[in-house]
Order: sequence, then C-alpha cells, then structure tokens
Amino acid sequence: MKTKNIFLLTFFFLLFAAALIPAVAVSAQQPTPSDDEVNAIARQLYCPVCENTPLDVCPTTACHQWRELIRQMLAEGKSEADIKQYFVDYYGARVLSEPPRTGIYWLVYIVPPVAFFAGVYLLFRAFQTWKRLAKEPLTGADHSSSPWSGPEPAKGSGTAADDEYVARLEEELKKRK
Amino acid sequence: MLAQFGFGVFVLTFLLALFSVGAAVVGYFDKSDRWVEAARRAMLLIFPLITLAVLALAYLLATGHYELQYVYSVTSNDMPFYLKITALWGGQAGSLVLWSWLMSAFASAVTLRKWERDRELLPWVIVVTSVTLAFFLSLTILFENPFARWWQTTGGDFVAHMFAPAGAIPVTPTDGQGLNPLLRHPGMIIHPPMLYLGFVAFVIPYAFAIAALITGRSDDRWIRLTRRWTLVAWLFLSLGLVLGMRWAYDVLGWGGYWAWDPVETASLMPWLAGTAFLHSVMIQEKRGMFKQWNMLLIILTYALVIFGTFLTRSGVFSSVHAFAQSAIGPMFFAFIGITFVTSVALLIYRWKDLRAEVEMTSLFSREALFLLNNLLFMGVLIVCFWGVIFPLISELVTGQKVTVGPPFYLRANGPLFGALMALMGIAPLSAWGRSTFKTLGRALWKPFIPSAIVPVVLAILGVRNWIALVGFTLVAFVIFVTLFEFWRGARSRQKKQNENFLVALWQLAGRNRRRYGGYLIHLSMVVMAIGILGIELYQTTTQKTLAVGEDIQIAGYTLRFDSLAQFPYTDGRIVTRAALSVFRGGKFLGDLYPRYDYYTTSGQPMTIAGVRSTLADDLYVVLVNWEDVSAAQAPFKVYHNPLVNWLWIGSLMFIFGFLVAAWPEREEEAREGKI
Repeated sequence: MKTKNIFLLTFFFLLFAAALIPAVAVSAQQPTPSDDEVNAIARQLYCPVCENTPLDVCPTTACHQWRELIRQMLAEGKSEADIKQYFVDYYGARVLSEPPRTGIYWLVYIVPPVAFFAGVYLLFRAFQTWKRLAKEPLTGADHSSSPWSGPEPAKGSGTAADDEYVARLEEELKKRK
Repeated sequence: MLAQFGFGVFVLTFLLALFSVGAAVVGYFDKSDRWVEAARRAMLLIFPLITLAVLALAYLLATGHYELQYVYSVTSNDMPFYLKITALWGGQAGSLVLWSWLMSAFASAVTLRKWERDRELLPWVIVVTSVTLAFFLSLTILFENPFARWWQTTGGDFVAHMFAPAGAIPVTPTDGQGLNPLLRHPGMIIHPPMLYLGFVAFVIPYAFAIAALITGRSDDRWIRLTRRWTLVAWLFLSLGLVLGMRWAYDVLGWGGYWAWDPVETASLMPWLAGTAFLHSVMIQEKRGMFKQWNMLLIILTYALVIFGTFLTRSGVFSSVHAFAQSAIGPMFFAFIGITFVTSVALLIYRWKDLRAEVEMTSLFSREALFLLNNLLFMGVLIVCFWGVIFPLISELVTGQKVTVGPPFYLRANGPLFGALMALMGIAPLSAWGRSTFKTLGRALWKPFIPSAIVPVVLAILGVRNWIALVGFTLVAFVIFVTLFEFWRGARSRQKKQNENFLVALWQLAGRNRRRYGGYLIHLSMVVMAIGILGIELYQTTTQKTLAVGEDIQIAGYTLRFDSLAQFPYTDGRIVTRAALSVFRGGKFLGDLYPRYDYYTTSGQPMTIAGVRSTLADDLYVVLVNWEDVSAAQAPFKVYHNPLVNWLWIGSLMFIFGFLVAAWPEREEEAREGKI
C-alpha cells in the first residue's frame, strides 16, 4: 500500500512538474515582440505566394500567419538569420529579396558589372582608335540648338572670358534669327 | 450584333494592314507610285475603322452587355459611367485594342501627307507600322477578342467564344465582376494610355530608321523628320511612369512609389533606351557621328517597347510554365525575335555606309560626354534587363524561382544614376570637338564652388549619410550649372540689347527653346532626385494597434486615434474609415482619414492612405486592414517620407521644360519639311 501511495505521489508530482514545464518555458520567453520588430524582418522577406510582395505589406491571410510566426520565433529568442533561414528552408530562396550568393545565383551579381565594364573597355578602345584616325585637329566648335549645346567654355577667366562667352552666344543666337 | 460588327471590323483592318504591307513592298520594288498610294490609303482607312470598333466596345461597356466576357470581367452595374468607359483598357483584351487604336492613329498621322520630299522612305515606313499593327490586331482576333460572348455548353460549362460552340446556348449574366478596385484611381485611369502613347510613338522613329536602312539613306534625314515624334514618345512614356508612381503611392498602401517590380521595371527599360537615343541623336545631327549606334538604340527601344508589352501580357511572370501554356506569350516572343534579328541584320548590312563623318578627338568634348551618358544609361538598362529576366532563367535552369528586389537594383543603379547626374552638370559646359581638361575645368569652377559648400552645410546640420551628402551635392551642382548658364546668357543679352534682365531671359529662351527647354528638363530631373533621395534614404515607419484615445509617434509627430466608422457607399463598396488627429510639439496640425474600401461585388479590398503633405515631408498613415480592425481598436502603419513631394513637383517642372523644348519654331519647321 505504502509503495502504491509513493508511486501515486511520484506520478502526480511528475505530472504536475510536466504541466509546469511549458509555463516555466513561457515565463522564460521575452516580452511579445512589437509590430515594428516583426516588420523589420518581414520587410526583408517576400510573400511565398504573391508575386513580388514584401511580407510586411502583404494583405493575405497566409502572410498574416507568417508574420505571427515571425513574432512567435522572435519571442522564442530566434535571431533574424534563424528566422530568414527557416523561411528559405520551407519556401525556397524566392522569399529573400535577393538571390543568395551561391552557385548559379552568383550570375545575377556578376553579369551586370562585367557587361558594364566591357562597355567601358570598348569605349576606351574606340576613343584610342578615333584619336589615331583623326589626322588633323577639328576646328570650329559647332554650337546649335541642342539642349546641351551651350557655347564653348571661355579660355580666359574673369571679365575677358565672360566677354568672349557673350560674343559667342550672341553670334549663335543671331544665326537663329 | 454590335459585337459581331466590332469583330468584323478588326478582321477587316487586319486584312487591310496586310494589304498595306504587300502594296508598299510591290510599290517600292516596281517603283510604282500607284501601289504605294494604295498602301498609304489602306493605312489611312484603318484608323477610322478601328475607331468604330473602339466606339462599339465603349458602348457595350457603358450599357452593361454582360453577355460579352470582357464587359462582364471589367464592369458592373454599380460602377460610375466614366469608369465603365475607362474599363476599355482595364483588361488585357481591351488594352491590346487600345494599342492597335493608338498605333493606327499615329500611322495615319505620319502617312496623312504624301511626303513629296521623302518619297523613297514612305513605303518602308508603311511596311513597318503596318506589320506592327497587323501583329497586335492578330492578337485581338485570335487570342484576346473583347467581343467574345458567354455560352453554356451541353456539358454545363461556361465558355467564351465569338461563335456558338456545337449545341451551346447563349448566356447573359445580369451583373459583371467590376473593374479591379486598384484600377479605379485617377492615376491608373490615365497611366496606361500615357504609357501606351509613349510605347506606340517610339514605333514611328523606328519605322523611319528601318526605312533609312533599307533605302540606304545614311544621312540624318530620318532623325530630323522624327525628332518631334521621339520627343512626344519620350514625354508620354515619362508621364506614364510618373503617373504609375503616383498611383502606387496613393493606392498600394506601402508608403512608396517604386518597388522595382518586374512590370514597372519593364516599362522603365524603353525609357532608358529612348533617353539614351534622345541624347545620342544630337551628336549625329551636330557632328555626323554615331550613326550606327543611333540605329542600334532605336532598334533596341522598339524591341524593348514590344518586350515591355510582352512581359505584362504573356503571363511569363507568374511562371515560365504559364508562359508556355499561354498562346499570346509565344506569339510575342516570336515577333520580338523576328523583328530584332531582321533589324540588326539590316544594320549589319549597312554598317559601312553608316560610318562617322568625323572622328572624335577629345575625351572631354561634348560628344565624348554624350557617349559616356549613353554608356551609363546602357548600364542601368543592363541591370534592369538582367534583374527582370534572371528569375525566369533561374526557374528554367534550377526549377526554382527567385526574387530580384529593390536591394539589388538600388545597389547597382545608385552609382550609375549618380554619375548621370554629374554628367548633367558637366556636359552642358563642354564644347563640341575640341574641349580639353583645362577648358572644361575653367568652365566648371564657378558653379562648382557653391556646390562644394552644400555638403559642408549639410554636415553642420547633422547629415552623416555619405550617399545623401554626395547626392545633394550633385543636385546642387546641376542646379548651379543650369542657373549659371541661364544667367550668363541673359546677362549677355542684357548688355548687348540694353534689355531688362527678365526680358533678356525670356528672349534668350525663346530664341533657342530646344536648349533652354532641355536645361529646364535637367532641372526637373534633379528636383525629382531631391524627392527620391529624401524618401529612399530617410523614410521611417512604425506600426501599432491603438485603442481609441491612444497615440503613436513618428519623426516628432503624434497621431491620436479618435474614432472608426464603417458605412456603405453608393458604388457598392463598404468603407471603413478611421479618424486621427495629428500633433507636433503639442500643436494640433489637422485630421487624417485613412480608410479601406471593400468591394462587395469582386470581394477585393483597397487601402487608401491618409496623407498630410508639405514640402518638407509626408505623413502617410495606413489603416492596416490585413490585421484585426474593430471600433474599439485598430492597427495603424505610419510612414514618414521626407521631401517626397519634390518628386511630384519635379514631374510638373518636367512637363513645363518639355513644352518649352518641343514648342514649334516656325523657321525650323519650314526648314525641316516637318512630317
């Protein structure tokens, strides 16, 4: 009988202790994260369902639940990186605002600068070729009606330069009469 | 009956467009004016015919003919009359009709005169415009027919067809689904026609370029003939983009104006190529250089116009697999491929004929800086193009789609836009042909000195963000250079003509509108840049659920939640509206009424922000309808957007600058034999 009582007491003690565990765990949690804390992470993630919609402004029920999930994970002490990784693991790389810097995704970062600098190189080579081809220096700056076609900058400075500018501008405007 | 008439008209105009192509080709090769004239008249006939079909569709929309699938999908009984009319371009089928209509209008405007001076170009201009028109008409006839009606098949399914399937009976719903609420905003009503006007107008310079390539005209005649078309295309495309931004800001409820969404980025791409073209053609006009490059740019612009329409119409963004299943997608893909390859092949064929008349000699000449400007625009274009298509490539290669969002575009394009702004300040001070580092330096130092003070003042005021310091310095530099140019020019007139300064300024701008209008456009761009820098670098946001009487703070403002009301509206929506009082430093500034409208017919909500706008900032409040809202408490998201109104002010300045630049000059028109 005694043994039975001890067994029952132990059982109920364990049951009570087990029931306390979540409560203790909850009390160990941080205060409920604010909307701003949730949005700070949600705006870096894209809705896995809707096209090109950040999670912080997506009006669907699913996104509402995902934001609550972020809140819960923050309350559990998960870091921003953990939460983002969780979403990537479940929904794929499309939830990130940019492709991850791995494998074939590197192409998205490499191609534009390579293409641009190839253009710079080609332009530089073209300049060299043009300079070589130009047998004699061009004369007579040609100013006309383009928005960019301001008179040639003055060679001097101060009043003399201004006078030169004025004379050239007048000459040009007279041509347009 | 009216639907059959409309469809019949589309079939007829499609055949006329094909006839126009055939007759123009025969006329060119047989040197027969009669055939060319027949082609021209066929082209002229298309516009009034399509107008009749458009009027028929507008009537069917306005009178609620819900037996037509298109009318059913974009209108409803409770929609106001003006929205029923603008629903014409509220769906895919209607927007393709709008494309064809505008294309036929522009083609008619171009071919209205017989062009005695440029007779050899005429047949090929007709061919290019007619081929483009025939392509869009074929989409309407074969895939996106706005006149298709509802039928119920013997199996009980509802299908939309022009003609009755075997055994099917006609069905007439009593009400329609209504226009997507997001498309009911004034910005969205005007935005698509503006964008399409820009898209379609760029077809005209392209048509002339192809005509010049085919006929071997290597001079700049095609550019001079289409200069105003190019400007008009650029204006409408720019306005379309700005209206799209305003719509996004007012309606989408996320506090911003541009999200680098693939659809909006696709509409930016033709603008980038077109802007590069607009600058580059000036060099050909002035110096006879870059003929090949200008051809390539206009070919690229045309391809991007079709590509932009393709991206929004093909379903390719939802998935490449959806694209493969869509009939319209492969058609677009094939059309872009054929026209691009043919155009580039023609350019290669004429490559040697298009060599520059003079060579470039100085890295600091205006033409060199223009070329640098083109390189930067192409850089931004590459970033945009790659960012748009990469998710599709990823899906094809890995089976997984990825998002290429704002961080990618901002990081890649930011420096390029900064360099473009610097060029906007430097290039107007350089000279054609022979500018040197020394001469350019002499011209730059005066406007540079006051610009250099700007970052110092900003730093003293507490600005520490280096992007802001560089950005606002560049803004100031462009403003000082431009004002300096106006001041120098006006002062010269003042001295020589003994005029009042303001009179001198007016006379100066009036006598060279293109240049000074261009300067005003530059000014408008940097004013827009002020708004962009403000919101991109300094936007702050906060969200909180408030009980009545509670408040929320942001950027020195306090917003108190006063009440929440819900009521039905006459057009079938249920409006939920909150009232908030705004305070700053304890002083009451006014009320804000953020709301969300729920459209019962379509079951779609729309979020309308409450906005307090000043030149310094916008306070932008959203009632967060995707969270729990009740009369006792409601969640609010508040954005503080510094300087954003300068973006819209710059847009208005842009229109003014354009009007100055494009205003007809009588002597010029007489000289050019304007078309």
